[in-house]
Amino acid sequence: MKEPSSVREEFEFWRWREYHRVVPGKKWTNRDIITAGVDVGSVSSKAAIMINGEAYSWGITRTGSNSPESAKKALDWTLEGTGLKVGDLKYIVGTGYGRVNVPMANKAITEIACHAKGANYIWGPSVRTVLDVGGQDIKAIRCDETGRVVSFLMNDKCAAGTGRGMEVFADLLQIPIEEIGAISLKVDEEPPPVSCTCVAFAKTEAMGLLRKGWSKEKVLAAYTRAMAVRMANLINRVGLEKELVITGGQSKNIGIVSRIEVDLGVKCLPMPNWRENGLDPMVAGAFGAALFGKALYEKAQKS
Amino acid sequence: MITVGIDLGTQKVKAVVLKDDAVVSRGQAFSGFDPAKAAEEAVNEALKDADLKISDVVYFVATGSAMEMAPYAKGTVSMMGADAKAGVYLFPKARTIIDVGAEEARAVKCDEKALMVDFIVNERCAAGAGAFIEAMARALEVKLEEMGPLSLKAERASPINASCVIFGESDVVSLIHRQESKPEIARAVFDAMADRISSMVQRLGVNPDVVLIGGVAKDVGFVASLKRKLGVDVLIPDFPDYAGALGAALTAATRAKEGKK
Repeated sequence: MKEPSSVREEFEFWRWREYHRVVPGKKWTNRDIITAGVDVGSVSSKAAIMINGEAYSWGITRTGSNSPESAKKALDWTLEGTGLKVGDLKYIVGTGYGRVNVPMANKAITEIACHAKGANYIWGPSVRTVLDVGGQDIKAIRCDETGRVVSFLMNDKCAAGTGRGMEVFADLLQIPIEEIGAISLKVDEEPPPVSCTCVAFAKTEAMGLLRKGWSKEKVLAAYTRAMAVRMANLINRVGLEKELVITGGQSKNIGIVSRIEVDLGVKCLPMPNWRENGLDPMVAGAFGAALFGKALYEKAQKS
Repeated sequence: MITVGIDLGTQKVKAVVLKDDAVVSRGQAFSGFDPAKAAEEAVNEALKDADLKISDVVYFVATGSAMEMAPYAKGTVSMMGADAKAGVYLFPKARTIIDVGAEEARAVKCDEKALMVDFIVNERCAAGAGAFIEAMARALEVKLEEMGPLSLKAERASPINASCVIFGESDVVSLIHRQESKPEIARAVFDAMADRISSMVQRLGVNPDVVLIGGVAKDVGFVASLKRKLGVDVLIPDFPDYAGALGAALTAATRAKEGKK
């Protein structure tokens, strides 16, 4: 499969990079417990393959209009370059918004459980609060030292302040989505948050501010601030306990992360250096799902 | 006496020309990035239609979300004030005016003198405004104007998350893949919107006659759903999308008569 970004005809600012990665030098045999997690989100689909509970390969693609196809695309891409076939996977767990539409999955588990588990894997047992900000979701999850969910809250009625709004802004302001966070921090003084973060109104909201003569940076800062306020409120409602980590696509938005840190008065655990073979927090749900897969496989073997 | 009302909405700017309290012409333009320019276009179109010049106009009044950017205007009138004025002008017994636009919905309670008594607004959420129908039409791949007639073919509504435009979009995409009927999805969209708007109006109180104005009033699907939800008859004028501009033009006439400068 070609990397989708290389066939792009014109530059689309909202489009984040789709990629896949295999941990170099890692070998597998048929005796290993090879499991996979497939996380079909509203905007992106992620898959991860783990060998005996250790990350081996993962990939991120855009979710299309057909969830089963998106799940297959993500998994196929993650298998690429590993020598593995779907049949080699001992257990596959589906998760995310489209989890019931992962045809190859042995089981579906909620993304709440998977993100907590995945965050525990990426950052270790000190994680107690996970904020997962995806394309249409904001979830604040409390977990214990094993990554088990204690309680959670999510935006189930309204998509305001989620990643989708950032895509609209990237497009409108003609700023590549991956730079949007850093640019939102280039203001001398933080503007007041926008009053409305409804994704459907993002364009009107931004145009109104640009008309007033605000710079792109200031408009972004005001919107990002409003998003961060919503997220910080959700965390406060679920109850903040250290350590705090952020997963999902917005974990890569430094504008969001730094503002949440200011609002809550705590630092998040440092972002793993995912570009340099680190574990990608955007794939946390898929890692968690693959880990559940391992546990379920072992349980089935024992009985 | 010629007066003009300009309604600078989030999607379109509308202008109405009045001669001695009777409508003589209308004009409109897309708001775009420069609503002031769109307002000039709308006004010029309307004046041209009536063979009039800017200098013939005694008084301009602006309304709408970008009213402060209006050219020519000697003053402004609140959107609720304009709604009340137009509603009672069009239907003298009107006491509840519902105005559903592209990005906002509101209801105005008024008296027999066309004065606003109370109002309620939904402006923070697209699920209660025309933007919802637009987004769903895109997801369903049907033209906006086809949504209404399509929905009337349905006997029931599909289950969709209608609390949010963005969630609704995702639901519609998966329903289409399951090959659910498009009319039933369209009906679900209108039912959900009508639900939101009728509960907003009920908080204000439903006093007959009830009048529906704003661009969305042109949508037969929404009108049918709203009538069902409200359980009362809903009156709709011709050119409901120009009602705000009409209210502003009527206000201009009143102010001109009072000799305000």
